[in-house]
Amino acid sequence: MSWHARSIAELAAALERGEISSVALTRHFLDRISGLNGALNALITVTADQALAAAAVADRRRAAGERGPLLGIPLIHKDIFCTDGVRTSCGSRMLDNFVAPYDATVVARLKAAGAVMLGKANMDEFAMGSSNETSFYGPVRNPWDLDKVPGGSSGGSAAAVAARLAPFSTGTDTGGSIRQPAALCGVTGIKPTYGRVSRYGMIAFASSLDQAGVLARSAADAAVALGAIAGFDPRDSTSVDAPATDYTAALDAPLRGLRLGLVKEFSESLEPRNGALIAATLDAFRALGAETTTVSLPSLPLSVPTYYVVAPAECSSNLSRFDGVRFGYRCADPRDLRDLYERSRGEGFGAEVKRRIMTGTYVLSAGYFDAYYLKAQQVRQLIAGEFRAAFQQVDLLIGPTTPTPAFGIGAKIDDPVTMYLNDIYTIGANLAGLPAISAPCGFVDGLPMGVQLIGPHFAEGRLLNAVHRYQTATDWHVRAAPGYA
Amino acid sequence: MMKDWEVVIGLEIHAQLATRSKIFSGAATAYGAPPNTQACLVDLAYPGVLPVLNAEAVRMAVKFGLAIGAQIAERSIFARKNYFYPDLPKGYQISQYEQPIVGRGALEIVLDDGATRRIGITRAHLEEDAGKSLHEGLANATGIDLNRAGTPLLEIVSEPDMRSAKEAVAYMKKVHTLVRYLEICDGNMQEGSFRCDANVSVRPRGAAKFGTRAEIKNLNSFRFVEKAIQHEVARQIELIESGGTVVQETRLYDSDRDETRSMRSKEEANDYRYFPDPDLLPLAIERAFIEAVRASLPELPDQKAARFVSEYQLSGYDAGVLSASRETGAYFEAVVGRVGAAHAKLAANWVMGELSSALNRENLEIDAARIDPQRLGGLLERVIDGTISGKLAKDVFEAMWTEGRDADAVIEAKGLRQITDAGAIAKAIDEVIAANPKQLADYRAGKDKLFGFFVGQVMKATGGKANPAQLNDLLKAKLGGG
Amino acid sequence: MSLTSRDVEKIAHLARLGITDPEKPVYAANLSKIVEFVDQLARAKTDGVTPMAHPLEGLTQRLRADEVTEADDREKYQRNAAAVQAGLYLVPKVIE
Ligand SMILES: [Mg+2]
Ligand SMILES: [Zn+2]
Repeated sequence: MSWHARSIAELAAALERGEISSVALTRHFLDRISGLNGALNALITVTADQALAAAAVADRRRAAGERGPLLGIPLIHKDIFCTDGVRTSCGSRMLDNFVAPYDATVVARLKAAGAVMLGKANMDEFAMGSSNETSFYGPVRNPWDLDKVPGGSSGGSAAAVAARLAPFSTGTDTGGSIRQPAALCGVTGIKPTYGRVSRYGMIAFASSLDQAGVLARSAADAAVALGAIAGFDPRDSTSVDAPATDYTAALDAPLRGLRLGLVKEFSESLEPRNGALIAATLDAFRALGAETTTVSLPSLPLSVPTYYVVAPAECSSNLSRFDGVRFGYRCADPRDLRDLYERSRGEGFGAEVKRRIMTGTYVLSAGYFDAYYLKAQQVRQLIAGEFRAAFQQVDLLIGPTTPTPAFGIGAKIDDPVTMYLNDIYTIGANLAGLPAISAPCGFVDGLPMGVQLIGPHFAEGRLLNAVHRYQTATDWHVRAAPGYA
Repeated sequence: MMKDWEVVIGLEIHAQLATRSKIFSGAATAYGAPPNTQACLVDLAYPGVLPVLNAEAVRMAVKFGLAIGAQIAERSIFARKNYFYPDLPKGYQISQYEQPIVGRGALEIVLDDGATRRIGITRAHLEEDAGKSLHEGLANATGIDLNRAGTPLLEIVSEPDMRSAKEAVAYMKKVHTLVRYLEICDGNMQEGSFRCDANVSVRPRGAAKFGTRAEIKNLNSFRFVEKAIQHEVARQIELIESGGTVVQETRLYDSDRDETRSMRSKEEANDYRYFPDPDLLPLAIERAFIEAVRASLPELPDQKAARFVSEYQLSGYDAGVLSASRETGAYFEAVVGRVGAAHAKLAANWVMGELSSALNRENLEIDAARIDPQRLGGLLERVIDGTISGKLAKDVFEAMWTEGRDADAVIEAKGLRQITDAGAIAKAIDEVIAANPKQLADYRAGKDKLFGFFVGQVMKATGGKANPAQLNDLLKAKLGGG
Repeated sequence: MSLTSRDVEKIAHLARLGITDPEKPVYAANLSKIVEFVDQLARAKTDGVTPMAHPLEGLTQRLRADEVTEADDREKYQRNAAAVQAGLYLVPKVIE
C-alpha cells in the first residue's frame, strides 16, 4: 500500500521498524503536495524546508530512543493557528503579510509530540464561511469534483486529508467548520467539547463558540491526533482543567447497549437520498449492538438564527484589533486616523467578514441589544437545556452532518442566508459547547455524505469509539476520491 | 450669584493597582521603561492571544471594597467596552459593566468647619488601563507606547454627593489616603497612578432634578481637580444665566490655560456596545476568601485617627494630620514609644512642625527623613528633662538633620547644655545690671517693659543657655531692688 | 426589518469599515436579509430564561499568580508593524 494511504498507526509502525524515515515520509507528502495542490488550492503556504528539518529532528529523536504515536508523522495546520516564524494569514488579505511571532498551543503540542508540519491549509477568511470561497487566496476545490466546494471553513484541511496530502490536519469549528467540510470531502472530523483544546494562538472568530479539532481519514487516526492537542492550558482561562483521556485506548469498546437518539427536528425534512443514508447508518449501528430511538429538541431549528446573532457579535469585537497599527494590512498614505482605520479595514477584509462585522455591530448597538443579542443568549440557553434533557434519555445523538452533498463553486456565494443554512445541523453543538464528530456514511450523486454524532460534554472518547466501531464494519471512510488513491 | 446655584459633583477615580504584572498578562507594570518593552503579545492584542486574570488584582479590589464597607460580589462579570482609539490595541477595553466586583459603600470626609459628610460610593470595578499617545518629537504622527496597556485599574465611582470643589478634593484625598493605607496603589499622581474624572452640574438651590452634567477628564492633581471644577461651575452658571443650556459632553481640563474645553474627537455619540467578554468566565469570590482578606486589613485611617484622639488626647485635627499616611502614623507612634504617651502632644507638635517643614524643604517622604523617630525622641527627652530649651532644641534639630548625629552629641559638642546653676546665673545678672545703670533706673521708675531688655542681655551673656525660668525669678528679685 | 444605506453608513462607521458608495445598497440588502432571518428569534418564548454567555455553564474563572513571566521582545513583535519609530507604533497625528 502506498505511504499516503496508510493510517497513522501503520506509519508509526513503519517508522519504528525503520522501513521508512520521517524525512522520506515527509518528502513523499511534499511531492504529493507539489503535484496536486495546484489544482486543489488546499494549502496557502508550504513549509518544505522547515518540514524536512523537523523530520530530521524526529528521526534523531527516534534514534535516541524516544517513542510516540506522532513522532515523525506529517500534518497540515489550518492557517488560523499561529506558527512561529511562518506566515499565518487566516485566509485574509488583512494578514497576508503577517508572520506570527509565536506558536499556538495546538501547534506547540504537536511540535512537542514530534509531528511534522508540511504547511498551512487554506480556509474561509477568518473562518467565516461554509464553502471556502471567502478566502483571499481563492476557493479550495473538492477532490471528489474540482468544480465543487470542499465546505468550510476548514475546507483546505478537509480537502488535503481527502486528497491524501497528509495523514491528518488541524481545523477549527465555530458553527460546523470541521464537521461540514469533513462530510463534504469524505473524511472524519471531530470538534471536541468547548474548553477541551486550548484556543491560545488560534485566531479568534467567535470566542464562545470556537473550538480546535482534527480531521483525519478515520476515527482511529483522529483519536491519536486529538490526544496530542487536548488538555488544560494556563494561557486559556476557558480551557478546562481536567485530564484528557486516552482516546485510543477506548476505541474498541463494544457498542452493546449504546443508546443513540435520532434528532427528530433534523430527520423529518431530509432529502430522501440523505434520509436513506442515515437510515442505513442507523441499521449499521444497530447491527453493532446499539439501540436507537428518536428524541425531540424543539428549539434546535432556531440554532442558525441564534448563531447568526452570537457569532457576528463576538466577531465584530474580536476583529477590532485589526487596525493597521501593530500588524496586518495598512492602507497606503492614510490622511488621518479615521482614514487609517476605515481604509485598512475596508481594504483588508473581504465582503463576508465585513457583513458579519456589521451584523455584529448592529445587534450589539444601542436599541437593538435586547431584541437581538440578549434574546439570542436566551434561546441559546433553551437549546443547551434541551440537549441536556436529551442526554438524560440517550448516550449520543445522531443525524446528518449536512443537508446536501458538496455544491458547485459559486452556487450560493451571493446569498448569505442560504449559505448559512448549510450549517443547520452542526451549529447546535457549538451553541451548547458539545463534542461532535462527522464520519463518511455513503454517497449522493457520487459525492460523499457524512453522519454526525453529538455527545454530552467531554464525551469525545465515546464519539470516537462509536465511529471507530462503525468504521470497522463499513468501508466508506477508506474510499479515495478518484485520482487520489 | 453662587448663592442661587447648587453645585453637584461626582468623581470617577482610577487607581492603578500595585501588582507586579498586568491584569491579564505576565508583562511587568513598572513605570518608565523604554516604549513598548513592557508590552507582551497579550498587551499588543496579537491575533490569537487570550487574557488570564491576575489573582492579586482581585485581592486588592476586595480589600478596597471591605475598607469602604461595601458588598463584595460573589459573582462578577467582565465585559468588553468597544471603541477605536490608537492607545486601545484590542479595539475594546476589558472592564466590568453590569456586575462589578465591589458594590455600594461610603467614605466620610471632614469639612473645613469640622463637620463631617458621608460620600456614597456607587461601585468599584476592575478594568485594564490603555496605552499612551505621544505627540512630541514626531513629525505629523502620533507615537503609541503600550507599556501602560493592561495595567490593572480599580475604577471607583462616587455618588453625586459632593457640593463644592473643596468637598471633591477632600473626598479624593480621602480615597488617596485609603488606597495607600491598603497598599493597593502607590498614589503617584505625577506618574498617573491615581487620577480622576469629575462629573459636574449645577441646579437652582432646592431643585429636585439634577442639571445636565459635563464630564471633565484628565485631572491628575488635587489642585487641578479644584481649579477645573471651579472653572466648570462658573462656566455652566454663566452659560445658563445668559440664556444658554449645558450640553452633556466630555471636556478636557487645560492646566496651562486653566480652562475646560469640549473634546471634539469624542463629540460623536459613543455606542460602546458592552457585552460579556466571552474569553473570561464569571469571576467567583468565595466567602472564605473575603474573610481572609478582611482579617488581613490594616488599621484604617479613620480608626487610627480615632485611636490617636482617645489614646493620646490629641485634637481631631492633629490626629487627622498624623494618620494621613501609614508612614506618618508609624513615625509619630515610634516617637511616642520613646518619650511616653504623657508627652504625645509634644511629639505631635514636632512631627507636624519641625520635621514636616524639613521634609517639605527637601521634598522627602517621611520614611526618608534624616532623623529617625528614635533620634527625634532622644531630642525631645532633653527638652522634657530641661537639658535644653525648646528654642535651642530647634537648633539642635537642624544640626542633627545636617550632621546626622544624636541630640546628646550635638548638645555636648556645641556646649548647649542649659545653665541651671543659680550662682552662675546670678553672677551674670549682677554683671548686666552693673553695666546698664540707666536702664536700671528707668525700670525702677516704672518702665516695666525694660524687663525684656534685661532678659535678653543675660541670655546673650550666657550664650542663650540660662534656664529661662530660673533667670526670670532671679532677675525679678534683683531688679526689684534686692 | 429593513436597513437603508444610511444605516449601513452608521454601522460601518461604528465598526470603522470603509465602504464605497456603490457597496452601500448591496450591504443594505444583505444585512436586511440577515436581520429578517434572525428576526424569527422573536417567536421563541424566553420569559425568565437566563441569557447564556458561555457554553461552560457553572464553571468560573481561573486566575493566575501575580508573576512577571514575559520578557521584552519588542524587536520581534514590531517586525509586523508598518510604521515604527524609536520603539513607538506610528499613527497619523491625533489631535487632543
Ligand atoms: Mg468611566
Ligand atoms: Zn474606567
